[in-house]
Order: sequence, then structure tokens, then C-alpha cells
Amino acid sequence: MNPAVLIASVYVFALAAFLGYQVISRVPPLLHTPLMSATNAISGISLIGSLVLAGAAHYPLGAHILGFVAVTTSTINVVGGFGITDRMLKMFRQRKPEAKPDTHEVAK
Amino acid sequence: MTLTSYFMEATYLVASILFILALKGMSHPETARRGMFLAEGGMFAAIVGTLIGSHIVTWVWIIAGLALGSIIGAWMAIWVPMTAMPQRTALSHAFGALAAALVGVGEFLVHANEMTAVTRGALGFEVMLGALTTTGSLIACGKLQGIIHGKPIQFRGQNIVNLLVALSMVSCFVFFWIHPEAVAFFYTMLGLAFVFGVMLVIPIGSADMPVVMSLLNSYAGLAAAATGFVLQNNVLIIAGTLDGFSGFILSVLMCKAMNRSITNVLFGGFGAVIAEVGTANAGGVMREISLDDAAMQLAFANRVVFVPGYGLATAQAQHAVRELAELLEARGVTVKYAIHPVAGRMPGHMNVLLAEANVPYSSLYEMDQINPEFPSTDVAVVIGANDVVNPDARDNPNSLIAGMPILEVDRAKSVIVLKRGQGRGFSGLENPLFFKPCTTMLYGDAKSSLSHLAQAVQHV
Repeated sequence: MNPAVLIASVYVFALAAFLGYQVISRVPPLLHTPLMSATNAISGISLIGSLVLAGAAHYPLGAHILGFVAVTTSTINVVGGFGITDRMLKMFRQRKPEAKPDTHEVAK
Repeated sequence: MTLTSYFMEATYLVASILFILALKGMSHPETARRGMFLAEGGMFAAIVGTLIGSHIVTWVWIIAGLALGSIIGAWMAIWVPMTAMPQRTALSHAFGALAAALVGVGEFLVHANEMTAVTRGALGFEVMLGALTTTGSLIACGKLQGIIHGKPIQFRGQNIVNLLVALSMVSCFVFFWIHPEAVAFFYTMLGLAFVFGVMLVIPIGSADMPVVMSLLNSYAGLAAAATGFVLQNNVLIIAGTLDGFSGFILSVLMCKAMNRSITNVLFGGFGAVIAEVGTANAGGVMREISLDDAAMQLAFANRVVFVPGYGLATAQAQHAVRELAELLEARGVTVKYAIHPVAGRMPGHMNVLLAEANVPYSSLYEMDQINPEFPSTDVAVVIGANDVVNPDARDNPNSLIAGMPILEVDRAKSVIVLKRGQGRGFSGLENPLFFKPCTTMLYGDAKSSLSHLAQAVQHV
């Protein structure tokens, strides 16, 4: 890796960390479980590294097999993670309108 | 660069932006679902981009992996019950970390000779973090599922053994970094990392699981980010870093909610030394209350606050509590739920369970919002929670949980504690709340107690 690429990567890392901090500290505790499963699904993006390992030209069989296992586990995370996150988020609902009127404050 | 590589990079950029927008949507339950659709789109684009842009020749392994993973993933997404969410999440940390570690090993197999020092460093981090998170998460999953005993497993000199394992692992990493041709060191490092993951999690008790889950989440993310450095792939760096930081922020929040440091959680071995300390303040007797009396108290109260803990999850009592709450609300009682940040086994565990039981999220209150309301609460109902309502944390500076912020249910006019038996909680601490004059105990399985209470309230 040449120095210019390294520096660019460190920039990306630092900015993503900063942005992540800003965005994630605004997630309410109410949604912490879906947040964990969502970020998990998102980091299943390592699937794209696994795909290359499993299928690129001139790689030894050992690499293809490791790639196959990695593709499998990260696909489980992507499909399962997004699926479960959606199932959870569907359950969070606002109070029904016909409910009794004297609930004053609303949790954020 | 060819046209297809440009296309691939473009999909990666789009995916990165969509991931960030998705997490931004998580700031409110109304926008969260839409956000996740964006993330799914981003993921799909990145996968298609990769398949088109990166000169794939062998499709067998890819199709097999995608198919197998989709089947297992979809099966998990549909069938895993909400009460098993902590185990499922721990397992997915293990899967994500394993993928990162395997990609690292694969890169090593293929490109070991042409790697620069920087790439080797990133590769070492990726493989170490990935491997130790894999086994650590599997142990956590086993503990949560009950396959492995939830109590801390400890032995004399444990911290020294752990330190030695960690040091040997890091030395192997350094040696491999200096001498890339020394293949044996790479694999020894990999093996030691697997061992270290086990060693790291077995001494930790179930009550500390929210912190451990968050930490493992963070490690899994950072392993993915390190993969991005190795493969020089920005979308991996971005997604991994977001995941890593999310886990880190959650760990800090969980530690704050227990007034403990991360090192204390990892190396403190909570729950083993407690037996002698706790009994000192075990004064008085616990007063038992009958179902009918409890139902009467609830039915004629103005304000009731339910305080759920892990016991609610083990008893699967979330639907029963919602039914009772609806009956009370129909009688004009104001019902709220008080959620402690570390109630349950992972961040936000209680919120998900209650949401599953159709409790509207506007009835769920965080600790800081609800604590000022306890003095004007007629009845606080504690369901399978213990340490998070232990007044010793506030009043007794010698207590092991001294300084941990608690839900101040002891300030309510009366407290009903639903408890399986007379034993202590997971931490083994005695809880003075149970001996207070305002407190009464209702023994039995939380689910059947709650549904019996609901019946009794109907007949009041």
C-alpha cells in the first residue's frame, strides 16, 4: 500500500468515526437493540471481500473454500440482520389514537 | 481502471451514503424502518457492483455461499423469538467476525509475498480481532442460551494466564509483521486469538452481558474496518467503523449505567466474591402479599409504574404485563414502564420485548425521565428486576454496586416485587428494597402471577 493510499484510508476512517459518533449518539435507548442488529447487518458488507475471495481468478482452492465460508456467514448476517431489524422496528408503534386522552408527556 | 471498476466504486459510494442515512433514520422510531430500506438498497448495490466489477470467474462457491447464507439468515430472521434476541445478536457478531478473519487468512494465502508492512499490520489486526471476537461471541451466545453456565467461570491466576495468552498473541503478531515469511507465527497468532476470545468471556457473568455484547459488537466492526484497510476498500472501512463506533458508544453507555469501567467488567470477575459482603445489611423480613390484595392495590391506584428486568424475559411475561396494564388503564389508572439502561441482557432488550407485546413506545420511560415521578407513584411493580432497583447502590457506599444509577422505586408509595423465589439476584447481592416497609413480595412465575393479577383486577 503506498503512503498516499494509506493516508486517504486513514482520512476515511477518521471521518467515518466522527460521523458515526455524531449520528449514533442521537439514537434513543429505545432503539438500541435494533441499532445493534442494524449496524451488524451493515457491517455484513465484508461480504464483498468474501465474494472476491470465493470467486476471483487464479486463487488457490483453499482461498475459495475460506471465501465460501465467509460468504455464507456474512450473507447470514446481511439477510438475517436486515430481516430481524425490520421485524423489530415494525413492532415499535405509537399509542393508538383512540387510547385515553390523559397521557400527557410523550417519551422521545 | 476499466469501466466496470468505476461502476463498482460508484456503487460503493452510494452504499456508504445510504448506510449513513440509515443510521440517521435510527434516531426516531418513525423514520427507522425507512432508513433500513435505504441500507438494504445500498447493500444490494454494493454486492451487484462487486460481482460485475471484480473479475469473478468461479461462480460455484459464490452461489453456494449466497444461497446457503440466505436460507439460514431468512430462517433466523423469521423464526428467532424476540426473547432470544441477545443470543441471536451474539451469534451474528461471531459470524461477522469470522468472515473478517477468514477473508484475512485468505488474503494471507494469496498475497502474503507482495504485502507492504502497512497492509501486514492491518491484516494482523483484522485476523486477531476477528478470531477473538468469533470465539468470544460464541461463548457469550452459549451463556445467553444457557448451554454454558451463566455464572462467571474463574480460577486462580486467571488474569495472569489471560495476560500471557494476550502477550504471546501480540508477540506472534509483531514477529509476523517483521518477518512475513515466518508463516508459522501467523497461524499461531490466529490460534491464540481464538483461545483468547474464550478466555476473555468465560469469567464474565450474565449480568454484565450488555457491556460484553456492546464490546463484541465494537470488535466485530473494527475487524471489518481493518479488512477495508487490507483490501483498500473504502465502503468496508466506513461500514466497519460505523459498526465499531456504535458498539463503542453502547459499551460506554452501559458502563455508565452500571458505574463501572470497561476494565472492571472484563477483569473484575463480578459475582464471585460477593457472598460475604452482602449479608451484612440483610435486616428485617420480607412481607408476602396475596394476589387479591395486590390486585386491590393496583385497581385503586392512580399511578402505576411497571419496572421490568431480565426475569420478564425468562418468564416470557411481556404479553401478560401488557394485558394487566390495559385493564388498569381501562379503569383510569395511569400506567408507565420504567426501563433501566442495563435491564435485560443487551442494550434496549426490554424495549423490544414490550414493543413485541404491543406496548406503545410512548409508555416506555428512561431512567432520568421516570425517577422524579416515583414519589407520586402509588404502586411500583418490579417484575424480575433486582440490581437496577437496589437502593444500596445509592445509600450504601460500601456496596459492590455503589454509585450505579438506579430506578428509585423505593420512593414510591408502595412497591410490589414479583419474584420467582426468595433467592438473590444474578449478582448475588442482597437487596434492601425487599425489606422496606413499603415493599411487599408476590412470589411465583412472573407470567402466571401477572395473568392471575389481571383476572383478579377484573373482579374488583
